[in-house]
Amino acid sequence: MRELTYAQAGVEAVAEEMRVDPRIFYMSTDPIMPLVKEFGDKRVRATPIAEAALTGISIGAAGSGYRPIMDWRQVTFSFVAMDQIVNQAAKIHYMFGGQRTFPILYRANVGGGTRLAAQHCQCPYSMFMNLSGLKMFLPSTPYDLKGLLKTAIRDNNPVISFESNRLLTTKGPVPEEDYTIPLGVADIKRKGTDVTIVAIAWLVHEALAAAEELAKSGISVEVIDPRTLVPLDVETIRASVRKTGRLVVADEAGPTAGFSAEVAAVATEDPETFARMKSPVRRVCALNVPIPYSPPLEDHVFPDRKRIMAGIRDVLEGARSVRGG
Amino acid sequence: MNLSPDKQREMLRQMLTIRHFEERASADYHAGKIYGVVHCYIGEEAVAVGVCSALETGDQIISTHRGHGHCIAKGADLNRMMAELYGRQGGYCKGKGGSMHIADFGIGMLGANGIVAGGISIVTGAGLAAQMDGNGRVAVSFFGDGASNAGPFHECLNIAATWKLPMIYVCENNMYAAQTAAAATHAMPDVAGRAAGYGIPGVVVDGNDIFGVYQAAARAVARARAGEGPTLIECKTYRWRAHTERAGQPDFRTAEEIEAWKTKDPIARLSGQLIAQGSMSEADLKALDQEALASIAASVAFAEASPFPTPEQALEDMYAA
Repeated sequence: MRELTYAQAGVEAVAEEMRVDPRIFYMSTDPIMPLVKEFGDKRVRATPIAEAALTGISIGAAGSGYRPIMDWRQVTFSFVAMDQIVNQAAKIHYMFGGQRTFPILYRANVGGGTRLAAQHCQCPYSMFMNLSGLKMFLPSTPYDLKGLLKTAIRDNNPVISFESNRLLTTKGPVPEEDYTIPLGVADIKRKGTDVTIVAIAWLVHEALAAAEELAKSGISVEVIDPRTLVPLDVETIRASVRKTGRLVVADEAGPTAGFSAEVAAVATEDPETFARMKSPVRRVCALNVPIPYSPPLEDHVFPDRKRIMAGIRDVLEGARSVRGG
Repeated sequence: MNLSPDKQREMLRQMLTIRHFEERASADYHAGKIYGVVHCYIGEEAVAVGVCSALETGDQIISTHRGHGHCIAKGADLNRMMAELYGRQGGYCKGKGGSMHIADFGIGMLGANGIVAGGISIVTGAGLAAQMDGNGRVAVSFFGDGASNAGPFHECLNIAATWKLPMIYVCENNMYAAQTAAAATHAMPDVAGRAAGYGIPGVVVDGNDIFGVYQAAARAVARARAGEGPTLIECKTYRWRAHTERAGQPDFRTAEEIEAWKTKDPIARLSGQLIAQGSMSEADLKALDQEALASIAASVAFAEASPFPTPEQALEDMYAA
């Protein structure tokens, strides 16, 4: 199968959908040139740096029959639009009693590894998960990104596509033919029997590397990539934990009230799953500091395959202590 | 000004309807039949009616937390409005929104909004959609003097001016942002003066003169429909009641100031003009007033007859299919 980078897969998903639906248009402060070339500067708009306005303009255009895509680029830039995200986009369908649909795709890059320091290396998706009314995903492969983006563009609700900074240039197989991936369906990236590791984005690859390494010692690790953050595929996570009895959650964000906390909660609050657990849940997350610039500092703050392996060993030993995070 | 006597009477009827709707909403709020908060528009009716009288059905507007007047002026159904205030199933939002969140997308009313300046960008998106549709429709943002100091106002005026969007930005300057006087928070006395910074027309009108409001709006609408871009209209007006109907909130305005503005009542002004020019008699005015009152009484009856939502309905309308 042909290979595309993660970034290319994203562009291809948008272009394919724009070709079939003239109601889709794209706004970004820094537009993607191949899209401008193909669709013109009216459908792929270069905007002022005015995310608060543009995030709201997307809502009004969606309520008027269009299907806007608003590219925040770095998630950092969405924060100036928080009123429009939190008070308007997330609530407008419900608050007005479902009068209109608001099909909007917001795109945002997240995560570290780019040496861009505190403001441009963030993983704040749990802030958005906490809102009722938005759907969102964070894929780990070009294949998943393309399939989820196409679904999101066709969805009649505001959806946020979080996309991993670390993965933009990584390559993976993407078929030429049309396909979509439904929201809310996890992918089991590796089957295993001893430990379940739930990971997202770049840490899926780190978890797979850890699993490969541990296999040499006879430890069988199951790697689950939820892909979609909201709605979360709770059943796939619980089924895996019921099978293995052990759960490690790996996230590039900090642990506090985060994605990892949510996964731990949905697994352990289910009596059947909890009854089969042989060890406490172990979270492998970023340390609770803003992301520092210098490479030794940044690399220390983010989790990696070594910390994932340590976490797996902890749950295998039934360790009661919590390390790191 | 080409306003037929019928149209002028219709403008007066709408203003009377807004006033009576709000008097009833205020009374029923204080009687405990309406919950949360109610923001009254009394005294500012000429702005909503004057602007919306210059619009067509397909044009879109967005409102503020003080939204009843805009709803009524755009043609919203009084029954569904009152039922929403009463928190009933028959309300516009099935009881999920209340006074601050009434919308009727079917008539181009994109919603009241609880966030100051929250609606400006949304309706600018409707203006962008109208431009892309090329259908000659326009979009109107109603907002207050307080919102004119918030970032989205400036971002949107720049975008609308740059892209020549068919927008009319209507600042209802009632001289107070909640309890704070505009004089204490604005560097310049006229919000309309800011239009110069975006290269678009900025117009100050007496917001209690409905014909002046209408004329300014009609010019702005014509300009927008012609593809020439947005206009900023500032309507100087005054709200008679406190910022909200909630008890115990401070109101630093003097009784003299409030009474002085009541002598500039936009409804008395219009009805006086219509009687003076022979368009209607005192008896006609009384009949129109009774008609408005009856429509409000009917809306209350509708609201009271509408059932409350069932608790389970709290989980409906989360996502669109």
